[in-house]
Amino acid sequence: MHNFIYPNENELQWSILIVLYPFLTGLVAGAFILASLERVFRVEAVKPTYRLALLTALSFLLVAPLPLQLHLGHPERSLEMYLTPHRSSAMAMFGFVYLWYLMVVLVLEIWLDYRRDIVIFARTSKGFLRIVYKLMTLGSDNISEGSLRVDDRVGYIITIIGIPSAFFLHGYVGFIFGSVKANPWWSSPLMPVVFIFSAMVSGIAAVMLLYMGLAKLRKEPIGIDCVDAIAKYLFYIFIIDFSLEMLDLIHRIYEADESFRSLDFMVHNSLWIPHVIIQLLIGTLTPIAILGVTQIVPLAVNIRKRLYAIAGCLTMVGIFAMRWNVVIGGQLFSKSLLGYTTYNLHLGSREGLGTAIVLTILPLGILFVLAKLLPPWTSEAHHDTA
Amino acid sequence: MNRRFFITLTGAAAIAWEHVLAGAPESSPNYKIADHWWAMLIDVDKCIGCGNCVRACAAENNVPEGFFRTWIERYQVDDEHMMEPIVDSPDGGKHGFPAHPAGGSLTGANFKEFFVPKLCNHCVDSPCTQVCPVGATFTTPDGVVLVDEKYCLGCRYCVQACPYGCRFIHPEKNVAQKCTLCYHRITKGLTTACCEACPTGSRQLADLRNPKDPIHDFMKKHSVQVLKPQMATGAKAFYANLDGSVR
Amino acid sequence: MNRFKDSEHLIRVAAVFLVGVTLFLCFRAWFVPKSFGQYGHYRADSITEIAALPVVHAGHETCEACHADVLEVKKAGKHAGVNCEACHGPQAKHAEDPGSVKPVLPDTSVLCARCHEANSAKPKWFPAVVTGEHSQGLPCNTCHTPHSPHIGDK
Repeated sequence: MHNFIYPNENELQWSILIVLYPFLTGLVAGAFILASLERVFRVEAVKPTYRLALLTALSFLLVAPLPLQLHLGHPERSLEMYLTPHRSSAMAMFGFVYLWYLMVVLVLEIWLDYRRDIVIFARTSKGFLRIVYKLMTLGSDNISEGSLRVDDRVGYIITIIGIPSAFFLHGYVGFIFGSVKANPWWSSPLMPVVFIFSAMVSGIAAVMLLYMGLAKLRKEPIGIDCVDAIAKYLFYIFIIDFSLEMLDLIHRIYEADESFRSLDFMVHNSLWIPHVIIQLLIGTLTPIAILGVTQIVPLAVNIRKRLYAIAGCLTMVGIFAMRWNVVIGGQLFSKSLLGYTTYNLHLGSREGLGTAIVLTILPLGILFVLAKLLPPWTSEAHHDTA
Repeated sequence: MNRRFFITLTGAAAIAWEHVLAGAPESSPNYKIADHWWAMLIDVDKCIGCGNCVRACAAENNVPEGFFRTWIERYQVDDEHMMEPIVDSPDGGKHGFPAHPAGGSLTGANFKEFFVPKLCNHCVDSPCTQVCPVGATFTTPDGVVLVDEKYCLGCRYCVQACPYGCRFIHPEKNVAQKCTLCYHRITKGLTTACCEACPTGSRQLADLRNPKDPIHDFMKKHSVQVLKPQMATGAKAFYANLDGSVR
Repeated sequence: MNRFKDSEHLIRVAAVFLVGVTLFLCFRAWFVPKSFGQYGHYRADSITEIAALPVVHAGHETCEACHADVLEVKKAGKHAGVNCEACHGPQAKHAEDPGSVKPVLPDTSVLCARCHEANSAKPKWFPAVVTGEHSQGLPCNTCHTPHSPHIGDK
């Protein structure tokens, strides 16, 4: 059996941390889109998840740069991307998209939505927490009706700007891969679109799971109307996502360009389990089928909730597998199109499985802290429709 | 012995060596960057796969073991399966080639074999410089693509973007590395280490902006190709007698 | 008046952003290397730094300045196009200090086979032998003079 790779292609360049990065930013974009469903598109049913979705997005966005830093050969130089960004580089421009999204969209929107609570907490808490809340008020004590109306109006506008910003955030990550003409597995105009839709799927599923899980932990009832609505949106967006991936696949098979032989062999061999079994079968077709059943067949509330939870978990697995298959898959075959290499995933190294697991759990820890600081469970209607 | 010592003293060697020794923070004072546009000419029919170039480059540039700034590939091309050649490059061809490729050789009479030296193509529209997020890799005004080791983050995007596989990350310095066209030599009037070591003249440094450079005459008289022309990288490593099967 | 009072917190936000941007710009002015941008989007000093790297191969013209006698022999023979360091290895250190740095004479039983060992991929015009049969274990310079190796040439 012949196998030729260019001599420098022996080791993979981008590790599991670079798989994790689009996964985390995808959750951010998806969670934000779910939040915007309520704020802009007036889907009342998902209101209970509004604040939770925003805090989830923030938690994951704060952790997102960490896998990148740990991957860099010289993380101490990473500020160069902001100081001398190369305008032709998608990676450099993305640094600013990230910053825009973090500061102007997410932090500002959360601040505006929570401002009344923050001021109240600043007035009523004691000690160190009081200082934290006071800082967060930026010195303003005004929570009059007028000021809250202003907050609501500005927050609405920010959400409107935030929707294309969220698309930009994760579409850009797709473009970072999709614009590499040297790599036929990545190079495609569909890449940013696929990334956006799979981000929405994973983000929505994540918020749904968190909402259900946290409600259970807090021994609160799970609003069935809420999860029914979320599951419906998840179902339809998943179908769009699946259609896009099938379009890419069919196009490749039909056109069968010079890369097809090599990629086809890879999908049938080293990528068979991650791509066909885990991503497609377990992670896409099964949850779509489960959600489809819940949409068509009338089922008892308990059964629906369990099915949603199963579908949600499988979705998360499927979307992570999709990121894996794009990033790792794109590096398993040689650019000579005549051979393959292998990915040696270590447990304990800087870019190993252990690090990836810690970085996946860390946002949940941050969410825990944020939820304590800025509880997402206020039952009163905290904003009117503008 | 005495004669050599004498010549050294009188400076015949010193004259030839003068600009080489001048390796203080400037290149040769006579070097005008705008007068040059560097390229490489490779005649595939002359390559004997000896590996001299790979060894010379490694010595000249401290290339770490297992990584390559230049390498040689051996092709076995069957007449009926021209686009599926058997290719091998054991340790980049650094120690020559064994009689047969490790995965087995073609048999019979209807195939051909040849060697192809590879290196950075110093592309005019280089995809690697396009994707560098900070400007750590760039094209000099005289057409050489270089890496600024003090500025490189080691993000590896350039390695992904190069269609030719000529970049790698230095295992200790953690920065991107690749063929520099021996910039430290060519700016002093020397040729690259690989060209210096090539025994058959298969590899030749070329200066497209020099009207007297032999490449102009060569290009008029021969068919010349670049690797992966469909990528439109503006590659400046020109191959004469390159078979269509070459990846 | 009320309108302004109710939007005052937004102005505080804008002020925070402004301070942040200003700090960033100051940091940028201080931190970005001075030669950056001189020729293009990169540190121009890097060009001079790379050009100043040490030379490891002397180059045949330097060798020939002292070893003109060898050149005379070589340029009339089959190895006329083979540069000195192709066989002798990098010799910049020797050229810099010929008195104290002595090159090691290559072992022809290893050296010559690198080029001349028969291999079906080598071009047909190139002289190659199966060294096991050809020299029966003897080093090549038993019969051939490396600088003008064709037997029968001077």
